[in-house]
Amino acid sequence: MIKFSNVTKIYPRDTVVLQNVSFEIKEGEFISIVGKSGAGKSTLVHLILGLEVPTSGEVYFEDVNLNDANPSKIQEIRRRIGAIHQDYKLLPQKNVYENVAYIMQVEGRENKEIAVEVPKVLEVIGLENKINNFPNQLSGGEQQRLAIARAFVNNPDIIIADEPTGNLDPYNTYEVISLLQKINKAGKTVILATHDREIINKLGKRVITIENGKILRDEAEGRFII
Amino acid sequence: MFTNFKRVLTFAFNDFSRNKGISVAAIFVLAIIIMLVTGLFFFQGIAGYLTSRIQDKIDITAYFKDGTQEQDILNVKAEILKMSPNIKNVDYVSKDQALASFNAVHQNDTVLSQALQEVGNNPFLPSLNITTNGDPSQYAQIADILQTSDFSNLIDSVDFSQKKDIIEKVYSIISNINTFGLILGIILIFVAILVVFNTIKLAIENSKEEISTMKIVGASNWFIRGPFVIQGILYGFIAFLICILLSGASAYFLSPKIEIILPGFDMFSYFLTNWWIFVLIQLGFGAGVGIISSFIVVRKYLEV
Repeated sequence: MIKFSNVTKIYPRDTVVLQNVSFEIKEGEFISIVGKSGAGKSTLVHLILGLEVPTSGEVYFEDVNLNDANPSKIQEIRRRIGAIHQDYKLLPQKNVYENVAYIMQVEGRENKEIAVEVPKVLEVIGLENKINNFPNQLSGGEQQRLAIARAFVNNPDIIIADEPTGNLDPYNTYEVISLLQKINKAGKTVILATHDREIINKLGKRVITIENGKILRDEAEGRFII
Repeated sequence: MFTNFKRVLTFAFNDFSRNKGISVAAIFVLAIIIMLVTGLFFFQGIAGYLTSRIQDKIDITAYFKDGTQEQDILNVKAEILKMSPNIKNVDYVSKDQALASFNAVHQNDTVLSQALQEVGNNPFLPSLNITTNGDPSQYAQIADILQTSDFSNLIDSVDFSQKKDIIEKVYSIISNINTFGLILGIILIFVAILVVFNTIKLAIENSKEEISTMKIVGASNWFIRGPFVIQGILYGFIAFLICILLSGASAYFLSPKIEIILPGFDMFSYFLTNWWIFVLIQLGFGAGVGIISSFIVVRKYLEV
């Protein structure tokens, strides 16, 4: 479903973030990308979302080479991905309800459907009492949960989660990870970028370990070893 | 399509009411700029009125030889009227009329009336008084034709050369005022557009992060841009409503005061007769600059 072929990403002033990285993610897989902070996990996520272009090499989403895809194709792909970003990327001028509803509105879903689905997702994520709050009126953990609700609401083909549990307490971390597992069981592809050893070791799924921009290990039932 | 349009409208109204401070600031700046443009239009009206008043006061007179038949003079009048579309008016003043108007002006001046009595007969010559719409070169041209044409033998003198300097001076002042007004107007409008653009840029700058997030979650450019463009229209429309009321009220209340300085110029009736032009200028300028600025600024942030 997603393929990285000899991808290198160099930022200005010769900062090499990814070096000749190649791997493939199949449909329905649960894959964790691990590595220290600054190892290149977020760059990898940005490349899949078409937010960055590789310096060399290609990134494919299904058959589409993201380097050559036109802007409307990129937008179409982004709508098929539910992304949880490290910095949440919430809409600061919309309240909790509107933040989640916006994703469905972008998809062109009916108002009736939105009115049913959004409260459901907010209840699952425990924000049903804060629907009228704006992101700056939420705690870090609540903002992260809102970002998660937003990524799930459209029932996307792929969930990409970049450090989704960084601001959560152990209970909520467990909830989020089991939600990701549930989604994966329903046939969706899940990509999880994290540096949380405990989560990775409990999952027992495929793990790609990145260090200094290179793939150190790619194991079918990996553990967190750095 | 309709659902999307309704959503874009709702987003626009929500953002507008949630960012009241920014909205009020943008409307305020737009209103000032529109009033400035409206002021320029009023200025143009006043300048146009002044020019036509001055033009009416400038004329050229052809004096005919004593004894020229009235019919011949009227034929010349018809010929002159045919000469150029720029000739506004040709008035025939007979010997008797010239004497009567002289007497009317100088009725209390005994020296002059005695001098006239000394002369014995009517010393005034019949004349044609010509006014044009155009510049001094047209007067020179007409004076030239009058002195060289077939009927020049009927003409005693043309008084253009005596008035030439005044006519040229007045016209150079008028044309300088017009050029100055035009240049000032262009500079002011340019500055105005920059100010509005920057105000709207500041308003949208606030939503920079939001725009890039919308792009990241897959929203189409129009779905993102729409609410901002509609807000631009809203700013422009509200500023227009304020300005049209304000300019109508100022024209109404200032009209009597301006009439003291410029007799015959009714500012309020100028506003009423040009009502649609005022609406077009204010709405076009307000909403136009609002929309274009929003469009350009959002485009800058859409590149994600």
